[in-house]
Amino acid sequence: MNHEAIKELLYKMADDQLILGHRNSEWTGFGPLLEEDIAFSSMAQDKIGHSLALYTILNDLGEQDPDTTAFTRTADQFHNTVFTELPNAEYDFSLIRHFLYDTAEALRFEMLGQSSFEPLAQLATKVRGELRYHTMHANIWVKQLGTATKESISRLQQSLEFALPYALGIFEPSPYESDLINDGIFEGEKALEEKWKKKVESLITQTQLQLPKWETITPHYGGRIGNHTEHLQPLLDEMSEVFNIDPTAEW
Amino acid sequence: MYGGGNTFEGIKPDEHTGEDPIQLAEFEARIDRGEKIEPSDWMPKLYRKQLIRMIEQHAHSEIIGALPEGTWITRAPGFKRKMALMAKVQDEVGHGQLLYSAAETLGKSREEMIDDLINGRSKYSNIFNYPTFTWADCCFISWLVDAGAIVNQLANAKGSYGPYCRALDRICAEESFHLKYGHHCVIYLASGTQKQRDMFQEALNRWWPPMMHFFGPSDKISVHTEILMKWKVKMGSNDDMRNQFLDMYVPKIWELGFTIPDPNLKKDTETGRWMYTEPDWEEFKRVINGDGPCNKERLEVRRIAEERGRWVREALRTPKTAYLTPLA
Repeated sequence: MNHEAIKELLYKMADDQLILGHRNSEWTGFGPLLEEDIAFSSMAQDKIGHSLALYTILNDLGEQDPDTTAFTRTADQFHNTVFTELPNAEYDFSLIRHFLYDTAEALRFEMLGQSSFEPLAQLATKVRGELRYHTMHANIWVKQLGTATKESISRLQQSLEFALPYALGIFEPSPYESDLINDGIFEGEKALEEKWKKKVESLITQTQLQLPKWETITPHYGGRIGNHTEHLQPLLDEMSEVFNIDPTAEW
Repeated sequence: MYGGGNTFEGIKPDEHTGEDPIQLAEFEARIDRGEKIEPSDWMPKLYRKQLIRMIEQHAHSEIIGALPEGTWITRAPGFKRKMALMAKVQDEVGHGQLLYSAAETLGKSREEMIDDLINGRSKYSNIFNYPTFTWADCCFISWLVDAGAIVNQLANAKGSYGPYCRALDRICAEESFHLKYGHHCVIYLASGTQKQRDMFQEALNRWWPPMMHFFGPSDKISVHTEILMKWKVKMGSNDDMRNQFLDMYVPKIWELGFTIPDPNLKKDTETGRWMYTEPDWEEFKRVINGDGPCNKERLEVRRIAEERGRWVREALRTPKTAYLTPLA
């Protein structure tokens, strides 16, 4: 089994979860209603928890401990998709990102339930159950707001159009695609993308939102190889502000 | 987290007259027997008014209280702290939700309560008008402000209004985890590097005066609340609550090797009461009336959140929704 290929897969998944979990947590105290504060906080906790579990597997494969990995790397060493690092902006964007990203993530973990890499398959079985609530939450809200008022529909439509190129960036092909597929570790980004598109289409058709034709959208790639926007480094600086007062101290 | 010290204003002499004497006698007899009053039961107007006031202030304190700690979620050092702090602050927002519901049973809507908060008509715990400069400030809140809140809330949970008592039972159970988390954080600072110890000592110096204010003005100067004590709305005097807190936590702070910034603080072994320098009640009044270090910022954050979220709430209300789904 190609360990480099596994590590690459684990890093991008872990970094996605950490960064999006961090963004979700920024809604604490600022949600459009208390119930949404609480929901985004729950999802943030799950995501940060998933990233910890993934960094722990990486640690078992010889990488540094989870705290060091998460709190001491610089932006160019992160493999998250750029989509996850974009600021929360208004609730419509956060919701659309949550819907598009979590639909993909739920499918990814579902596929990984059959992975030949045992630690990941085991983790996927546990995580899948949690992600079901994330997608349920996203679907309810997109359906609700995507059919409600003129303002809510137009806000969601704009955010959807803005978000889609970044969302396609989730599936940026890895240099190890064929190794992962041949070793039965993961069916690959292409297969995931196809399943994702079907799910997204089926939900959007239940709303008054319009999905642009896929071929008209250019995916925003680069995050997986460390090319990030100006938003990631400040996020990391903030995240490690206390940790870096003394990285050898116990907090 | 709620101190309760700033809940009650003076009651005008005519405010609790004019009730039907038979109903009033029955009501008071039920309270004397330790029964709980439920939303559809008869209650004096003053009882309803003061309860709304108290529960509403408590709810506001939860959601405003989420801000000074919430700002450290993105900066918490390491996975363990980050995950625990997220869960803790989420609990506080959840307490707000629970308490607004409890207050709603008395006839005031959540929207009206939040409007009153933003417009300054309704108060919240004074302590959240102080800034959290460092991680250690955040740890101080998690441990000691939550500890103070538990002292107050355990007493209030024995009060007479059913929905509030039931909410408090749940809240206190969660707060006891917060207390453990906060204490754990402080133990790590206390047993860590010199820098970490200094961080907490400085936080303690900053937060001690607002912590003493937390339980409200001294009994010598606070308004008379006999009728509210009789009706089991207010469950203990401010000084009693403060004394109970000092009794439980001063030894724990000393045990960790920190110095409390009050040279007069000591326990009178004969009376069992703590003696301390009288807190600056003028500052307390100033801050409660809007002139504290963070009052404007806290309310501004809440106002912006409400404004930015308005379209979402309106979209939930629209009657012609094509798709309707139960949210529970």
